[in-house]
Amino acid sequence: MSGDGVLAAPARTVAVPAALETRRTPFSWTGLVVHLLLLACVALIAFPLYYAFIISTQTVDQVIARPPVLRPAGHAVQNYVDAWTRAHMGRLLWNSAIVAIVSAVGKIVISMLSAFAIVYFNFRGRALCFWLIFVTLMLPVEVRIMSTYEVIGNLGWLDSYAGLTVPLMASATATFLFRQFYLTIPNEMVEAAQLDGAGPMRFLWSFLMPLSWANIAALFVVLFIFGWNQYLWPLMITNTEAMRVVVIGLQDLIPRTGTHIPEWNIMMAAAMIALLPPVAVILFMQRWFVKGLVETEK
Amino acid sequence: MKRSVFKNRGLPYLLVLPQVVVTLVFFFWPAFESLRLSFFRSSAFGDKVVFIGLENFQKLLVSSDYYQSVVNSFIFAFGVTALGVGAGLFVAALATQRVRGLVAYRTAVLWPYGIAPPIAGIIFLFIFHPSYGVLPYWLSFVTAYEFNWLLQGWVAMALVIIATAWTLVGYNIAFFLAGLLAIPTSVIEAASVDGAGAIRRFRLIVFPLLAPITFYLVVVNLIFSFFGSFGMIHAVTQGGPGGATEIMVFKLYKDGFIGLNLGSSAAQSVILMLVVIGLTALQFRFVEKRITY
Repeated sequence: MSGDGVLAAPARTVAVPAALETRRTPFSWTGLVVHLLLLACVALIAFPLYYAFIISTQTVDQVIARPPVLRPAGHAVQNYVDAWTRAHMGRLLWNSAIVAIVSAVGKIVISMLSAFAIVYFNFRGRALCFWLIFVTLMLPVEVRIMSTYEVIGNLGWLDSYAGLTVPLMASATATFLFRQFYLTIPNEMVEAAQLDGAGPMRFLWSFLMPLSWANIAALFVVLFIFGWNQYLWPLMITNTEAMRVVVIGLQDLIPRTGTHIPEWNIMMAAAMIALLPPVAVILFMQRWFVKGLVETEK
Repeated sequence: MKRSVFKNRGLPYLLVLPQVVVTLVFFFWPAFESLRLSFFRSSAFGDKVVFIGLENFQKLLVSSDYYQSVVNSFIFAFGVTALGVGAGLFVAALATQRVRGLVAYRTAVLWPYGIAPPIAGIIFLFIFHPSYGVLPYWLSFVTAYEFNWLLQGWVAMALVIIATAWTLVGYNIAFFLAGLLAIPTSVIEAASVDGAGAIRRFRLIVFPLLAPITFYLVVVNLIFSFFGSFGMIHAVTQGGPGGATEIMVFKLYKDGFIGLNLGSSAAQSVILMLVVIGLTALQFRFVEKRITY
């Protein structure tokens, strides 16, 4: 049915005789109707983005024209250049990229280390550590913003990359994912490694890491998008223009009714630029993304 | 199964240290502080605090503004969930037919998940724009009613619900398809050999098998709507018009960060913590269910 084995693999390999897979199904009206309905869904879901895109290619006169112009126009380059310079897009994208990449990598590294400790060592307080990490699931930033803000203030981390990234780095889901994965690795491997005289760090680096790449890639994609789309946290702890992330920087371009020229074309051009990186990551790394989504929820 | 382990005294502590430090400093300490502050009243500059017991909570419980924000949160969360999960289930029902190219369809609907809620909100802001937007224009052919989210609370609420559901629908569809593709074709084919029509097949066989996923998605969509949609409200409606889209998380931010009413804001944090604890507990019931199934 497709080359994407991530979702389809488990049951199919067991349950479906090969003959069923390759059999040519005769033309069916039901199939046609289903395709048409599915295409309608796709069109409905795609419409807002299409609309935003065509607005980003129009002049202000076309944007406010009645009836609305639903075709792309030739003003794109000018709008995108305007959006880029007005919003200082280079700086915003750079900050967003740092936040997304550093927080994703940080989460993966510290989660991998703690899952490794929890699975491969017996130590006093192991269960306590596990519960500490687990409980963070119940403390999203939204419910502790004021006090976390104070902590960051006391650390002198306002308006800094450290403040933007470090507090995001604890991750129960990533820790669970690695723990779950380590538990599937047969004991014989550890024993063999120990017989060969490999110490724990050596075992993590040379045995576990190479086996974990699929999980790491999947997690990275999901966490990158999570980091890129952060809003409340950067809004609170950054005040200077230089430290803003793109999702927040865009707000200045929204033409509020009554007081601004309705330059929605510039606004939409900026929105297209800001949403492109995470959407491109989903499209191009879809296999990892879906694996990441489905696996982190186990 | 007993696992082989490494013997080392200090190393495991070193390994869990970074995670535990981040957890304690940025999660537990602030949560504890919120809990503590919720029993105090503090001056606007935070230099004086007075213990007042449960007064912050009492004030909230009788405040009509807070009551409004709770109602708004529930309307918003259930609206988003009904729309997002309902649409996902609709696509899943279609996909029961196992037409070719389901994964291509998945690609075609998955990408809105990558769009930050505030940006999705801005796009829908324009679609709903009373003077320039395409939606009020189309609706003007159907009805003379003027849809203006700047004036009508329910239109603003519909705007943020639709925009949020838009970012979540691809996620829901991906989960439903994963569940659907895990149901052996033979089960569905056996049913059609027995003469079950498409709708009957979905109702009697596919939906019961998808029920745990549906339950899980309902909880996840609720959690996201309660806690993840601050950006949508902040960027699009600022809680307006007239508080009609002021959800609990937004009010907490407004009272604490702008109003500097730290005690009340801390009490609101505590109430929200109870909500998230309840929802997370529900979410983990799903995990148990899936293990048995």
